[in-house]
Amino acid sequence: MNIGVIVFPGSNCDRDCAHVVSDVIGQSVYLIWHQDTSLRGMDAVILPGGFSYGDYLRTGAIAHLSPIMEAVKTFAKQGGLVLGICNGFQILLEAGLLPGAMLRNQNLSFICEEIYVRVENADTPFTNHCQPGQVLQIPIAHAEGNYYTDPISLSSLQAHAQVVFRYCDKEGRVTPEANPNGSLDHIAGLRNAAGNVLGMMPHPERCSESILSNTDGLAIFQSIVASMTNRSSTLAF
Amino acid sequence: MIKAKIFVTLKEGILDPQGRAVQQSLRILGFSSVDDVRIGKFLEVDVQETDKSAAEIQVQSMCERLLVNPVIENYRYELLDP
Repeated sequence: MNIGVIVFPGSNCDRDCAHVVSDVIGQSVYLIWHQDTSLRGMDAVILPGGFSYGDYLRTGAIAHLSPIMEAVKTFAKQGGLVLGICNGFQILLEAGLLPGAMLRNQNLSFICEEIYVRVENADTPFTNHCQPGQVLQIPIAHAEGNYYTDPISLSSLQAHAQVVFRYCDKEGRVTPEANPNGSLDHIAGLRNAAGNVLGMMPHPERCSESILSNTDGLAIFQSIVASMTNRSSTLAF
Repeated sequence: MIKAKIFVTLKEGILDPQGRAVQQSLRILGFSSVDDVRIGKFLEVDVQETDKSAAEIQVQSMCERLLVNPVIENYRYELLDP
């Protein structure tokens, strides 16, 4: 599998994602500069975390107009797998590939800590290695992760099982105390209606190897590989 | 040249924690009559146009395509002749 990691000016998790893809799950990884206009035949694309363009104007607002984003939009429309992590999620929102927007964290602080999310939908190309309701411990690191969308859009997200991760406590209880940033409906990750684009605020690339004492993030990357393997075998038949 | 003064504000109903913190600070200073504070953005954009309506079309497009996120923000603008 060929997995592309987009590098924007100010991305800072691109190398971590590339490391997990190549050294941990043994897939081919390509760093793709934001000025490029082609995804060069990638099977899946990751938009990494960071502070693209210094978060000027709004998080992800400038990056979503980068030349590569036209190729990412076309790829997504054709059903290609796109994973946006943290700033990558914010860019996907600005690009309109996912609905809604990010507001400042309710406590106005940059939050960098280990949190828990509950897998609300394990039937996605990004979570098929998880159990429904499984609790994952994954770190977050952001100042704008307070998800917002209008009530009609929220109902639609809920009705179509597009909420993939919710903030929860260690036991999987979705409580106000377990919501670190004030995110609407405790949303930590969501997918598009077609199911091939996922945005998530937690950083699975930061917890995918035992040397880091946490491998909960690995399931996300394994799921992507598994779903692509299934896809190509389906296509072969 | 026409100068556009663009005001971008959070939509009504969207919580503005920054505004709330400022409101609380104003109350600490004794401004007990302050009911609400909303914080937004102010942009000055110089447009190389002499025709105001041509400039307005561009300013609207800028707001819709980049300067404003319509999910959470409203905007208004003033166009000033030099």
